[in-house]
Order: sequence, then structure tokens, then C-alpha cells
Amino acid sequence: MRFGFSEDQKLFQATLAELLTDECHHEALAAAWETDAGWVPGLWEKLAAMGVTGMSVPEEHGGIGLDDTDLVLLLEEAGRAACPEPLAETVAIATPLLAEVGGAHADTWLPKIAGGEARAAIGLERERFVADAAAADLLILQRGDALHAVPASSVKTAARDSVDGARRLYAVEWTPSADTLLADGDTGHALGNRVANRAALAAAAQLVGLGSELIRLTVEYAKGRVQFGQPIGAFQAVKHHIANAYTQLELARPTVYWASNSVAKNTDSIDLDVSTAKALASDAAHACFRAALQCHGAIAYTYEYQAHMWMKRVLVLREAYGSSAWHRRRAARSLIDG
Amino acid sequence: MDLEYTPEQQSFRAEARAFLEAHVPKNLPPLDTPEGFPLHVEWEQLLFDNRWAVVDWPEKYGGRDCSLLEWLIFEEEYYRAGGPQRATQNGIFLLGPTLLKFGSEEQKDRILTKMARAEELWCQGWSEPGAGSDLAALTSRADKVDGGFKLYGAKTWSTRGTFSHKTFGLFRTDPESERHRGLTYFLVDLQAEGIGVRPINKLDGDEGFAEVYLDGVFVPDRDVLGEVGKGWNVAMATTGPERGLTLRSPGRFLAMADRLVALAKDRPDACDDRIRDRVADHWMKAEAFRQLGLWTDRRIAAGEDVGAESSVMKLHWSHLDIDLHETALEILGPDAESEMKNGAWMKSYLFGLANPIWGGTSEIQRNIVAERILGLPRK
Repeated sequence: MRFGFSEDQKLFQATLAELLTDECHHEALAAAWETDAGWVPGLWEKLAAMGVTGMSVPEEHGGIGLDDTDLVLLLEEAGRAACPEPLAETVAIATPLLAEVGGAHADTWLPKIAGGEARAAIGLERERFVADAAAADLLILQRGDALHAVPASSVKTAARDSVDGARRLYAVEWTPSADTLLADGDTGHALGNRVANRAALAAAAQLVGLGSELIRLTVEYAKGRVQFGQPIGAFQAVKHHIANAYTQLELARPTVYWASNSVAKNTDSIDLDVSTAKALASDAAHACFRAALQCHGAIAYTYEYQAHMWMKRVLVLREAYGSSAWHRRRAARSLIDG
Repeated sequence: MDLEYTPEQQSFRAEARAFLEAHVPKNLPPLDTPEGFPLHVEWEQLLFDNRWAVVDWPEKYGGRDCSLLEWLIFEEEYYRAGGPQRATQNGIFLLGPTLLKFGSEEQKDRILTKMARAEELWCQGWSEPGAGSDLAALTSRADKVDGGFKLYGAKTWSTRGTFSHKTFGLFRTDPESERHRGLTYFLVDLQAEGIGVRPINKLDGDEGFAEVYLDGVFVPDRDVLGEVGKGWNVAMATTGPERGLTLRSPGRFLAMADRLVALAKDRPDACDDRIRDRVADHWMKAEAFRQLGLWTDRRIAAGEDVGAESSVMKLHWSHLDIDLHETALEILGPDAESEMKNGAWMKSYLFGLANPIWGGTSEIQRNIVAERILGLPRK
């Protein structure tokens, strides 16, 4: 049994981490909040140049054809940076679906995705609104059991508020057609479940990264902030808040890695493994968010300090693609009734 | 990432499963009772004779030279088969690894096989009436005499002390020293002159604890473990990486979570959505511990220092165990009251309530996580 990542996987992760540290730091993120798309200008092109956008695109379409276990560390890094680009939607959700279905849609979109010329948005039936629907090039939309690949030019969008200032949410009006159809019936149903599992896994991976960064920020702050003549991090009450959140996060992390293997191999336990990962990662990231807010005190309650952008992404992703409650309930059905 | 077990690991699992399914004794009286203890010892001897007692130890001491991963597999199978509590637990899991690391060849040859075969049962002698969480405040002392030491003082909460033949613990050999300096790790014969053992009943009513009094107990030089004056380092070295897994392996909680799922299936009327969610949550957390264990095993195998992460694990399973039992008790309702047979829910709930206290309280573990992993200041 090999339980661990290869040197190549770790190297790719480190390279992406470096890029995001340089290009997606908190000032860049704060600036992204003010843009129309909510993205960091120029970042997507750099991700494409590094090969990130083509990671999961099959080689015959100009990518490097890697799987979910290769992506999971990258998504974690995207989460650590609270990266607002639709990396998960494009690389981890839309691309594997298009590659699996093949045909004209794959031929059209996959080379563009690999080249960094197309970004995807995902609209599943369970989610009311679609993030990035106006600025994305391709929308993967679900109606009943059918999945469609819809060019952005053929949908109408109406903006909706989001708690996360880097998320541009839209209600989407669209008409399914034979041209946009990827799959329906039983095939569509099965693929829809795969898409939902991939989406939940991608959110879980980002939540682990978000939680890690919130812990790091909080530890740094607690070491430096002096009250009553000592760093607040020396007080047990503060230590224990952080230690509890960290413990929860470290238990969630391996379940996310494990689920990436289940998704990549489409194992029998895929639903249970993904639900475990999403439920535990959602709860853990939330615990990190609460510990961060409490241990920073008033400063984290402001827009003047960066943590709020991470906290809001946690609030969004923990509900996205099945909340922890939804996933626990699915797991309960599979364990108790199955 | 390849998460398949190797064919060798799978056949190891199959062999363990076959043995355990055929031989695990059912319905033993509790371990910490005069009726239950000898039956548990008998079981240990059967395990030893079939080389299942200490699979990760060297063959010359009755083991199979197994890896940590194979040990984890064995533990999963042991608890899956409903294996009883291990009478040798405090010897093979607490002292054994320390001896393997610090013991002389003479000590290892003399002690390990008897420990594994349950011929000699060991209890720990860490806590004292005045030194619990603050272990370095201990005051028991050892005075140098010809050929050995004379030990004075009292040790308490010695689990299974009344049933044990030997104890191990720290004593102050340098009277001028303070705190963790000047301590020495001793192996002590509980039949020696000057020993008094007083049983103490635990929360579940069993005679599981003892206070051990030492009044000039002679211990020969050969029963010093490690160097004189370096006892703290010896004791702490075995609170290292694998401890988070070996004190309580993931297999226990996986088996417990499966039992809880079975209970929920048996009593659907007692399980509303809130209870079902909790059942799922406990199961997921047991599974998460299994995966963290595999992850940690691979990191240890790759030579990474995972040191204080045992505290993360202990915090996790300590509370998971209690939460899981509380859900079971809620499903059982009034029936929970009489679940007092060995291994029954109320009985094992009371047992598990000790988790956040023994082996370093949860508060101490959180301090370790905060200071040693996250780097927060001690003061």
C-alpha cells in the first residue's frame, strides 16, 4: 500500500503555492473583490502557463491527463490562498466530465481549457445559483438527470448577492437543446452523481486549505499580540481554541485525500468516502474560522485585516455541493439503511 | 497514490481473521475482576502460543517482526472479531517499546517474552498522590545502596496493580535535583519486601486501580532502565510518534462504530434524524482515524518526524469514544441502565470516560499540540 503523494505531486503543489503567494496574496485578493468578475487580473493566464489548467485534460486534447489524486493537493493550495478563480469548476469538475463523455463538446472545449482560454461554471440542480456564470466561457448545467455543456453566450444571467465578495453569483436562465446535451437518462444520472461527488471533493480540498491558512494566521497573530504582559498565545484558553480546531482539521485532511482516490477509481464506496470528506472538512474549516475570529479579537471582525476573506470563503464552500448536514444524512442512509 | 493493500498484507489479514474468528473467547467476565482476570490471561497465552500476542516485536520475543501497518491490520481484525481487552496492555504497549529501545540485551531477554506470554504482568507507576498531570513534581525517591537502590514513596492509579507482578516508573535518584532532572526509570518487583498494594475501585466498580507503597524496597542495578538520572528522557521517548496509534488503535473505534451502526439498525424507532446523523458522524470520525493512522504510518516509514502528533490522535479518539457511547446510550434509552456486562455499552462508557484523563489529560494534550506542533509560546 502506498499512502502518500509522489515527489512530482509535491513539487507541483509547491510550485503552485509559490505562484499563489506571489500573485494571489491578500492585497491582490482584496483588489479582486472590486473587479467585475471577482478574479485576480492575469492570474488565470499564469495558471495556464504553469500547466495547471491542462492538468486533467487528456493528452490528445493538449493537456497532461492527470487524475483526481493529482488535483487534490492543488485544490488545497487554491483554498489556502482563498483563490477566487474557478479552478475547481474548470479543472476538477468540468474537465473530467467532458473527457469522460468525449465527442464534439470535448473536442471544442478541452483544448481551450488546457490553453487557458476557457473557464467553466457549474450549475447543479441542488444549487440555486451559479457562481461565475457571467464571466465563464462554458457552463455545465443540470436539468433533471440530463447534463448540458452550454456556451456562456446562450444563457441569460441575473446577479445575486454573495457573502463572499469574490464570488459573483447568478441566477441563470437557459434552454436545454440537443446541441448542448452531454448525457441524459441513466447515463446522465450516473454522470451527474460523479459530477456532484467531484464538486464536493473539490470543495472539501479547498476547505482544508482554507482552514490551514486560518490556523497559520491565528498562530502568527497569537504569538505577536501582547496583552497582560505576554503573547496571548501563551494563555491556555487561546491555545486550546486553536489546538481543537487544528485537531479537527488534521483528522479531516486524510479523508479528503482518501476520497480523491475513490473518485479517481470510481470505487464502490465513492459516495460514503466523499460524504465523509465533505462533512468533516466543512466542520473542521468552520471550527478554524471560529477559532481564528475569537483568537484574533476585534481585528478579525474588520475589513482592515485579511482573515475575513478566508472566513467568507469557508462560509460559502461549507454549504456548496452539499453541506455537512446533507453529506452526513447521505452517509447515514448508506450505513444504516444500506 | 495507491490505496490497495499488498497481497502480503491481505494474506496477513486473512490469517489473523481466521485465527481470531476461531478462537476469540466470548462473554468473559470483566478483565479487572478476580473472576475475569485469569481468563483474560489464559487468552493472552493462547495468543502468544500462536504468535499473535505481539506481532510487531522481534521473533525471538514471540513476535513476527511485523511493520506498524501490519500491526494496524491485526488490531482492526482483533476488534472486528470482538477480541477482549488485553491483560498485557500496559506491559506490551507502554513498557515493551521502551525496553526495545533502551533496554540492555540482558533485560530484553529476561523480560520481554514473559511479558508477552502474560507470565509476568506489568502495571505503570507514573502518577503519585501529589503528581498527576504535573508528573515532574514527583517525590518518590531511590537511594543508592550496595548493588542497587532502595525505593521510597507512593504511586497511584496503577491500572491492574492488584493483579500485576511488576511495575515500572520514575523515582528521584538525585535528591538535589528538581523537576525532570535527576530521575531514574526503575523496573520493580511487586512481590519484593517493603511493597504494599491497596486496591481502588474504578468508576465502573471494578478493582482496576491500585495505590502502590514503597518503603525501602530494594531494586538491583540491573533493573534500572536506561541511564541513572536520565529517566525522564527514557519515559518521554516512548510518548513518541507511534504512541497515538498504539495506546488505542483505530481498529477499536472502527469496530465500535460498526457496533453502533448495528444498534441503530436494530432499533430504528429510537433513531430520529438527529441520532442517525450522530451515528454517521461517529462512524466518519472512526474512519478518519483509520486513515490518519495509515497516513502517519507511511510518514514514519519515510523517516519523517511526526512526534507530537500522537497528541492529535489521543484528543481525537478520547472524545470520539465518549461521544459514540453517549449516542448508543441514547438509542438504548432506559435499557442502557443494565448494560453492565463486560463490553456492554454502559460498562464500556464508564471505562471510556477515563480517556480524557489518563495518559496525559486532554488539557495537557492541547498544550502539547499548541506548543510543540503549532509553536505557540509556553509563557
